[in-house]
Amino acid sequence: MFGIEALDLARIQFAFTISFHIIFPAITIGLASYLAVLEGLWLKSGETVYRDLYHFWAKIFAVNFGMGVVSGLVMAYQFGTNWSAFSDFAGAITGPLLTYEVLTAFFLEAGFLGVMLFGWQRVGPGLHFFATLMVAIGTLISTFWILASNSWMHTPQGFEIVDGRVIPVDWLAVVFNPSFPYRLAHMATAAFLATAFFVGASAAWHLLRGRDNPALRKMLSMAMWMALLVAPLQALIGDFHGLNTLQYQPAKIAAIEGHWQNHGDEPTPLILFGWPDMQREETRFKLEIPALGSLILTHSLDRQVPALKEFAAADRPNSTVVFWTFRVMVGLGTLMILTGLWSLWLRSRGRLFQARPFLHLAVWMGPSGIIAILAGWYTTEVGRQPWIVQGLMRTAEASSGHGLGQMSLTLALFVLVYFALFGAGLGYMMRLVRKGPITDEGQVPSEGGPGRKRTPSRPLSAADEDLDDNDGDRLAGRN
Amino acid sequence: MGIDLSLIWALIIGFGVMMYVVMDGFDLGIGILFPFVESKGERDVMMNTVAPVWDGNETWLVLGGAALFGAFPLAYAVVLSALYLPLILMLLGLIFRGVAFEFRFKARAAKRHLWDKAFIGGSLTATFFQGVALGAYIDGFEVVERVYAGGAFDWLTPFSLFCGLALIAAYALLGCTWLIMKTEGRLQQQMHDLARPLVFVLLAVTGVVSLWTPLAHAEIAQRWFSLPNLFWFLPVPLLVLLCTWALLRAVVSNAHYSPFLLTLTLIFLGYSGLGISLWPHIIPPAISIWEAAAPPQSQGFILVGALFIIPFILMYTAWSYYVFRGKVREEDGYH
Repeated sequence: MFGIEALDLARIQFAFTISFHIIFPAITIGLASYLAVLEGLWLKSGETVYRDLYHFWAKIFAVNFGMGVVSGLVMAYQFGTNWSAFSDFAGAITGPLLTYEVLTAFFLEAGFLGVMLFGWQRVGPGLHFFATLMVAIGTLISTFWILASNSWMHTPQGFEIVDGRVIPVDWLAVVFNPSFPYRLAHMATAAFLATAFFVGASAAWHLLRGRDNPALRKMLSMAMWMALLVAPLQALIGDFHGLNTLQYQPAKIAAIEGHWQNHGDEPTPLILFGWPDMQREETRFKLEIPALGSLILTHSLDRQVPALKEFAAADRPNSTVVFWTFRVMVGLGTLMILTGLWSLWLRSRGRLFQARPFLHLAVWMGPSGIIAILAGWYTTEVGRQPWIVQGLMRTAEASSGHGLGQMSLTLALFVLVYFALFGAGLGYMMRLVRKGPITDEGQVPSEGGPGRKRTPSRPLSAADEDLDDNDGDRLAGRN
Repeated sequence: MGIDLSLIWALIIGFGVMMYVVMDGFDLGIGILFPFVESKGERDVMMNTVAPVWDGNETWLVLGGAALFGAFPLAYAVVLSALYLPLILMLLGLIFRGVAFEFRFKARAAKRHLWDKAFIGGSLTATFFQGVALGAYIDGFEVVERVYAGGAFDWLTPFSLFCGLALIAAYALLGCTWLIMKTEGRLQQQMHDLARPLVFVLLAVTGVVSLWTPLAHAEIAQRWFSLPNLFWFLPVPLLVLLCTWALLRAVVSNAHYSPFLLTLTLIFLGYSGLGISLWPHIIPPAISIWEAAAPPQSQGFILVGALFIIPFILMYTAWSYYVFRGKVREEDGYH
């Protein structure tokens, strides 16, 4: 059937479930830190706008966190159900790292999240701020462990192979493998940026509808400072990450560049656009700039970048895919930098909150961070192929070997259930965003707590907005 | 090293799964009992009795999966791939009911029945396939050179399907007695009326599973019925009978707390029986916890974190059950 095999379906299934999952943790990481900053500023300055924003975003954070927990349930099992040969081969290393990720997330949810979401009226401001900080740090520690595991699959070290299986020898070397610091910095920064653009778009959406208050202005202003300062920083981190990849995974770089062959001593050109064709072993319709590839990747004008034909055909990643996912990521990154610069120009003229074309751009840039994260992950993961653990195990040897029928059935079920349920979840988040921040929300004692009528205690019960637009039937249903 | 890390991890994971079965057991049970209760107000109460705790309950399942991967990667690989379809269906069921749980309260009246159905369907699916997976686990797996060598549908046997139904009965009784403890008035009365037939159903299915297992597996029969084991293990079935008798009496005498506690004891006894039948095999019928273990440097590495974090989680869990103790009433708002 279309030449699709069970292995492809297994890969699509993993890509699908993890793509859905990653959206939630990415926003969780960003919002947790944003909330910590807001609360810190509120305690320091006493300006109520920070407190109002804290309460507004805490609800969205809560829904998002809940979605992340539910979609993460599948991830904890999928390595075993779908990639059992990999789990047996590399489990002694990736298993403990995943265990630590789950333990950290569990620890965080068990303790500080409750205080953060429901303790505003019940603990002192200092303790509450501490809880928010711990949640923010906790999300980053979770990121630390899961990226250590993933980075080890790209640049494995600190192990030996006994009886055909990986055995950890030096945990420090395993965790701090060569690509880990770059990937961690790149992903954490990406989560911050994605959140900043989401926050900025929410503010711009309200401003375009004629709603204007200090909280909305503060949202947009903070988001655009992030865009201005962090988007260029992210480009720099990405550059370092790329150099690291060139050193350890040169085939991935060659595929990203659509670069098939070096000619004589010529420096490598940079192909801006084109269509890498895996069968023809060339990049068709290409538009290239001489020597720029060498300049960017080797920071010189004479050293060459490795070319795809230097690798056996069986060891080449799919250039067509990564060439384009990489360009989507970089293109969006460039747009983010430009948005930041435009915001600075408008800010200097005092028109940041009025310029409609800019506000429209800010709305459209809302999902840019999420899309860039997905494109970046496709680049690095597809770029590692045909390996699941670089140089040690091929993806084709890693799967559980389920048949085509089973894989098609489960994939269809995942698609159906995820779109229906997480679609409803995302829709609900958007609904909360549309409601906008409320002035003085934090001053009214919230309902609930032990011994009170309402005792919210789970992430999603922090948000009390209804799921649908309510007309008359709301009253009818609530009697 | 003198410390048997594999044994410690087997106990931790065994404990985690036990916590999961008990705690998610009663909240899945509430989904199973939903069809027996028609009124919206009473359904709200049912959900509110578990609302503060259900997601914490489910996190034990994530922890169990991740810890199995870390401590016994071979078992994680073989068992999970062998049980592919039932586990995926169970996970999808859990996702369905998790999201339905949250959105039922936020939906308007015209759509609430859809979320109700999703909640019932998700709870039944998750429970049934959990039971099927358990049955298939008892039946054991064919493993050749560290890889599952059986077919895609080996899990689908009359025994495993029966275990699926048995688990529905067990979770329904857990949910039923939980509600007797947590509610009052008409809803509690309804649960009282349901408890008796459910106890008999559970006793019957437990009996069938307890006989079917040794009849189908000679080594399990050997474990139970050889001497002196028989004398060591005899208390288990005797205690089951004693508990069932006490449970029936408690229901008749309209007790509030003891039915739930006795059901917990029953579940615990069943779980011990399972442990006796399978020990020390983590991949039945032949691969032991030591053979499936990760190297000591992996098991030791995660033990540090687990010993620090698990007590903290237990304290917090105990605290949240303490905070939400007592009866739940209809006028209590949504948690």
